[in-house]
Amino acid sequence: MRNPKGRFGIHGGQYIPETLMNAVIELEEAYNHYREDPAFQGELTTLLNEYAGRPSRLYFAEKMTRELGGAKIYLKREDLNHTGAHKINNVLGQALLAKRMGKTRLIAETGAGQHGVATATAAALMDMECVIFMGEEDTRRQALNVYRMRLLGAKVVPVTTGTATLKDAVNECMREWTSRIDDTHYCLGSVMGPHPFPTIVRDFQAVISREIRDQLKEKEGRLPDVVMACVGGGSNAMGSFYHFIQEPSVRLIGCEAAGRGVDTMETAATVNVGKVGIFHGMKSYFCQDEFGQIAPVYSISAGLDYPGVGPEHAWLHDIGRAEYVPVTDEEAVDAFEYLARTEGIIPAIESAHAIAFARKLAPEMGRDQIMVVTVSGRGDKDCAAIARYRGEDLYE
Amino acid sequence: MSKIAKAFDHGKAFIAFITCGDPDLETTAACVRAAAENGADLIELGIPFSDPAAEGPVIQAASLRALTGGVTTDRVFGLVRELRKDVTIPMVFMTYANVVFSYGADRFIRTCAETGIDGLILPDVPYEEKEEFLEACHRYDVNLISLVAPTSRQRIAMIAREAEGFIYIVSSLGVTGTRSEITTDLDSIVREIRSSTEIPCAVGFGISTPEQGKRMADLSDGAIVGSAIMKIIAREGRNAAPAVGAYVRSMTEALR
Repeated sequence: MRNPKGRFGIHGGQYIPETLMNAVIELEEAYNHYREDPAFQGELTTLLNEYAGRPSRLYFAEKMTRELGGAKIYLKREDLNHTGAHKINNVLGQALLAKRMGKTRLIAETGAGQHGVATATAAALMDMECVIFMGEEDTRRQALNVYRMRLLGAKVVPVTTGTATLKDAVNECMREWTSRIDDTHYCLGSVMGPHPFPTIVRDFQAVISREIRDQLKEKEGRLPDVVMACVGGGSNAMGSFYHFIQEPSVRLIGCEAAGRGVDTMETAATVNVGKVGIFHGMKSYFCQDEFGQIAPVYSISAGLDYPGVGPEHAWLHDIGRAEYVPVTDEEAVDAFEYLARTEGIIPAIESAHAIAFARKLAPEMGRDQIMVVTVSGRGDKDCAAIARYRGEDLYE
Repeated sequence: MSKIAKAFDHGKAFIAFITCGDPDLETTAACVRAAAENGADLIELGIPFSDPAAEGPVIQAASLRALTGGVTTDRVFGLVRELRKDVTIPMVFMTYANVVFSYGADRFIRTCAETGIDGLILPDVPYEEKEEFLEACHRYDVNLISLVAPTSRQRIAMIAREAEGFIYIVSSLGVTGTRSEITTDLDSIVREIRSSTEIPCAVGFGISTPEQGKRMADLSDGAIVGSAIMKIIAREGRNAAPAVGAYVRSMTEALR
């Protein structure tokens, strides 16, 4: 019988070296135990509330709503979390779990640096050693985050192999984990990789949709009509969608990074241009050539610059439950500037992909309809890069 | 009986790994022939993958050079056809799941059988996921080789009972590449394997010197060497065959 573990339709699974199998089995057992453990859940909730600043605000974007003249727009402000993004939700959960498992060292990949900063933060808080793998190209694009990680006591290893971006950082993390398992937990940053990671990360991020549901019920007394978020690996989107999957009236939209456009080679819109494959421990959609070689992808956003997508998203796409739309660099940069001007909120360039599609969709919706857009992170880290994109000579 | 068993017929087996297409397929063919002529019992042909997560720096670099040089799965099958005109020892592929999956598992494995590939090693396909490829392997009589790692513990018997061809024992934690020392308790792993299956087992990862090769083969049924050979090819380039042959000779002499 085929491995039923961690399957989302045909996607998911555990395609990893034998060396790591007992590690993921132990992780699954520990997670299944602690997810039901009131003491663990209580400690996590306290950390999320007291340390990370949850619940995050569901903010009614009145000016944006008025300007676009359609649906009522609410912004789920994950950018207001400690460390400035949704990544902390997952990291606090995994670090706590790793600690309970007796691990003393966290390793993680990072693209934009947000997950690396969150992991370094949790490691500092919980007295754990921390090593972050980051593509060399990304260490240049996100130099400030490299400094933040070092400041927090983490070692940052620039990855020079392959395209020197996020996928290569994941490769290096996998290699590091196979060489040191006993004391080390791989704190994977998105809803991807081998089972049980896609489930664990989704569960820790599901707090986003649980709060949206409660907060909107209080404000509007009903469910939203649309929930949308940006998708790289897809953790903030999965967290935003999760508690609405069983509500057919809620339209779920993931915004992929199209880079210079889905009709060019310089894109990272995996669901739109990829095909089914097996990589990084999972079966899912991947950008690849006809012989299965993983394609170099491109996006202005280091956090969405990934050739795959989480297996649960692949499945939601297959069954038509969620839609995945491409958003170009240019549209995302416009949206970055738009939200800053209109609402006084500077979103992460990743989140700006979702804002960009909201600008397109909201005017087509009725004034009695409600749209929730997750602002997954804050944009301070992107200011220099966007300025350069606009031709300003600004360096950090 | 598995064709791969032939490799273990006459004492300890020496298994040579070569990345296809580094620096080009002609060099690969010459190196395979040199290895066979100098006593290699089995050849592992590596089909390069863009993201070889189980490999250390030497084979990563070899894979990159091969892909940059334009090697594709179809060209590798062409190489096998060419080699099978005169190379009679068993040959297996080592590659990653996506290379096989994207070609179509049935089509890939059928072509293996047609061209003369006897087995398949997929380092990112553990016991739990082997069904994906096993059906076609059985249909075309290509052995899917199982790996056992230092961390396998209670999984060894389960893996060994269903293993075919030979069992690839991963000597150490981490990725492929030469190591000065191998400290894993391989004795107990081999004992556990032998209590569950009759098929042979060979040790790979980290072996480079004749002394290491002999020690690993004494513990098991054979030794597998990859990075040490690819280092020679990286150094010697298109004229690597004689040096590869001499190296294989030194290893096979030490093993027997």
